[in-house]
Amino acid sequence: MLIARVIGNVVATQKNQRYEGSRVMLCRQITPEGEDMDYTCLALDAVDSGEGDIVVIAQEGWSASTAATGRPGAAIDSAIVGVVDYIDLLAKEK
Amino acid sequence: MQIARVIGTVVSTVKNESLEGRKILLVQTLDADLKEKGKPMVALDSVGAGVGELVFWCRGKEASFPFRRDETPTDCTIVGIIDSDSHVFNSGK
Repeated sequence: MLIARVIGNVVATQKNQRYEGSRVMLCRQITPEGEDMDYTCLALDAVDSGEGDIVVIAQEGWSASTAATGRPGAAIDSAIVGVVDYIDLLAKEK
Repeated sequence: MQIARVIGTVVSTVKNESLEGRKILLVQTLDADLKEKGKPMVALDSVGAGVGELVFWCRGKEASFPFRRDETPTDCTIVGIIDSDSHVFNSGK
């Protein structure tokens, strides 16, 4: 799983039927400190997240499909499975 | 899943039986700013996408789920067509 920030979403009228009723969110991976990384991806929203939220994304098919649609077997490889309130980090040694 | 642009069609006559009748497309993956990222790759189509369209694809075993899942050999499948370039809402832009 990875930590990311929701930076937007995409609109697709024509899509796999198992995606119906779900939102496809555009996410950018961030470091635990909150800095943007290069990797961006699309993920189905399973927790009613919104733009600007820090989220946890599961990138494994069974989990993503079950979280986003309620059952496995959909063509979904990433789902937002949690909204992060905060991250407690051990202070870095200098 | 990643955003990509369909940049071509792959025609193959001799192929796995499960791929018969399936459209094989060449896609260029894009980042959140719709800039090209990485090399083009081949994806199976499950939604009727065509050349020039903005789409998104799904990787891994899940890629075979829109088809006969136990038989269809694919690791990348187009699962949605994005309505237009302006239907990618990216607050970072």
